[in-house]
Amino acid sequence: MTELSKTGAAVGEPTPAKAPEAFLEVRDLKVHFPTDDGLVKSVDGLSFSLEKGRTLAIVGESGSGKSVTSQAIMGLHRLGTRGKNVRMSGEIWLDGKELVSAAPDEVRKLRGREMAMIFQDPLSAMHPYYKVGDQIVEAYRVHHKVSKKVARARAIEMLDRVGIPEPAKRVDGYPHEFSGGMRQRAMIAMALVNNPELLIADEPTTALDVTVQAQILDLIRDLQKEFGSAVIMITHDLGVVAEIADDVLVMYGGRCVERGPADEVFDKPQHPYTWGLLGSMPRIDRETSERLIPVKGSPPSLINVPSGCAFHPRCPYADIPKGNVTRTVRPELELVSTGHWSACHLSAEDRQRIWTEEIAPKL
Amino acid sequence: MISYILRRTFAAVILLLVVSAVTFAIFFLLPRLAGQTADQLAQQYIGKSPSKADIAAVKHNLGLDQPVYVQYWHFIKGIVAGADYSIGPTTVHCDAPCFGYSFKNHQAVWPELTSRIPITLSLAVGAAVLWLLSGVVAGVISALKPRSVYDRAFMGVALAGVSLPMFFTGNLALLLFTEQLPIFGRDYVPFTENPSQWANTLFPAWCSLALLYSAIYARLTRSGMLETMNEDFIRTARAKGLRERNVVVRHGLRAALTPIITVFGMDVGLLLGGAVITEYVFSLPGVGQYAVQGITDNDLPKILGVTLLAAFFVVIANLVVDVLYAAADPRVRLS
Repeated sequence: MTELSKTGAAVGEPTPAKAPEAFLEVRDLKVHFPTDDGLVKSVDGLSFSLEKGRTLAIVGESGSGKSVTSQAIMGLHRLGTRGKNVRMSGEIWLDGKELVSAAPDEVRKLRGREMAMIFQDPLSAMHPYYKVGDQIVEAYRVHHKVSKKVARARAIEMLDRVGIPEPAKRVDGYPHEFSGGMRQRAMIAMALVNNPELLIADEPTTALDVTVQAQILDLIRDLQKEFGSAVIMITHDLGVVAEIADDVLVMYGGRCVERGPADEVFDKPQHPYTWGLLGSMPRIDRETSERLIPVKGSPPSLINVPSGCAFHPRCPYADIPKGNVTRTVRPELELVSTGHWSACHLSAEDRQRIWTEEIAPKL
Repeated sequence: MISYILRRTFAAVILLLVVSAVTFAIFFLLPRLAGQTADQLAQQYIGKSPSKADIAAVKHNLGLDQPVYVQYWHFIKGIVAGADYSIGPTTVHCDAPCFGYSFKNHQAVWPELTSRIPITLSLAVGAAVLWLLSGVVAGVISALKPRSVYDRAFMGVALAGVSLPMFFTGNLALLLFTEQLPIFGRDYVPFTENPSQWANTLFPAWCSLALLYSAIYARLTRSGMLETMNEDFIRTARAKGLRERNVVVRHGLRAALTPIITVFGMDVGLLLGGAVITEYVFSLPGVGQYAVQGITDNDLPKILGVTLLAAFFVVIANLVVDVLYAAADPRVRLS
């Protein structure tokens, strides 16, 4: 993540509609869904940027807005029957083009070609009635005017590239005839068939067993090196983050609470929620008698987001800052060190003290 | 696949035998069990105040003096080898497949059925094409724009379509199409004679029958589409950059149509056994009308013949649906 001027939601000045330097830049993105129960603020003022060849991991628990963010970049929210209801604002710049205000058909032409997506469950994400090869061929021919034969050769090449044995044979198989890991490989082949510059992987390993998980992560990393694409990895698994990410963005209640280079965030996490995530991560080198430390409470309602800091009802340190500040004022991202931002009312000294004395020893 | 179809065909034959036995029992055994004598049964087929000799002759001719299982055996044998029926002084040979011989109007059932099947087939197929097209199109539009004006209009018509009885819609169609707008004929013309006249006379009947069914198909398609359009693979199709039209047709409809094929096959199969009320309302001399005749005349061989024919179509439709389903959904394996 490069140096980025702070574009938090509370900053009153209008953001200039000028193409940024970064390959992908998201500015003050808001994705709201009106429902019968109220306005669901799934993403509420999110900004980040990403360069080619880098991997950004977006972490957070269910309902923190990570998947909504990725689908917003892909322009998927505006489609279908729910598309008319979604309210999106902010800017998404991909390679000099703004996507939020772009015509739907312009974004469609980018989808699959410049940006592609891998989904969580490859069994339900592939059409059960079409051959795997035909689905890849379809993805290729949307953006390339080539014969079916050429596209088929390309599909076989891609299946081979993602490590599927006997690709010339498997190209005619149906998704249900593939194992889970093979299906995810085929899904990756389908996403990469047009050499996209941005690859979004939405929990690509969650539905797979552990031995296959590592293979899939290796594959994504290798392919990224080969194609030089930017990767957004959506996950709630910090093990995946440690494995693959250059940068980390921690989301909570539709907003970013901490972001920075992965080793920085792992070594010197600044936000109590990040501490909670680290504490709840199983580790092989930890004594089995020690229990995991869960983040107590449950994820916030996205309709009635807690006032002030959205994390305050679950934060053990919410009473440390003076006054009622954690309950009344929403913290903005502040620069901690180079490229490392955190949105917390705790003072730097308090955070330093709590981290070294209370949190780090337990991890 | 071939062995599957062969096995299913064999099972179908067995099933048809069972159906014939049950039907036969209902009409020939139950009256006996209920206390009717063979004489009383035979008497139904003769005029008023018959002589003892007449009754005995009819009883013998119709085989009513024999035990029911022997009568059944004759019936089954007739299907395979044909049978002879003696009517008064002469004997009539009923060629195989002989599905019985009407005692009332002295005609073999099978030729009568085969001459009526094209009419019922014309009615069923024409209506089926209409209702499938209109139902699916209405269902897809409703699903893509739920709660819109189109959705409410289609579903309103659909509700009316299933609720209104054929006696109402059929007569309304007749009034509209042949009285108020006398561009449609009333007398059935075989397709082979004059296709346009054939379609012309059947059109009002097609419309009324299609309204009844397309209502169900519109609802089925609507709910199927609403469900599939929320599937993950639809999101994948969109993520590929496909145009929304292709997403809907190639990915959404393709998946939503599969269960509809099943219902469609069964419905057409059922209709081939005679659309009783529609044929009655539109005076179409089809299988259904023949069944009504048989029932009103208490002419057992006719009823038996129609029942078997209907069962045959349903069984065949079942088989066709299963094979089609396997062809449509690669996850289904026939074994």
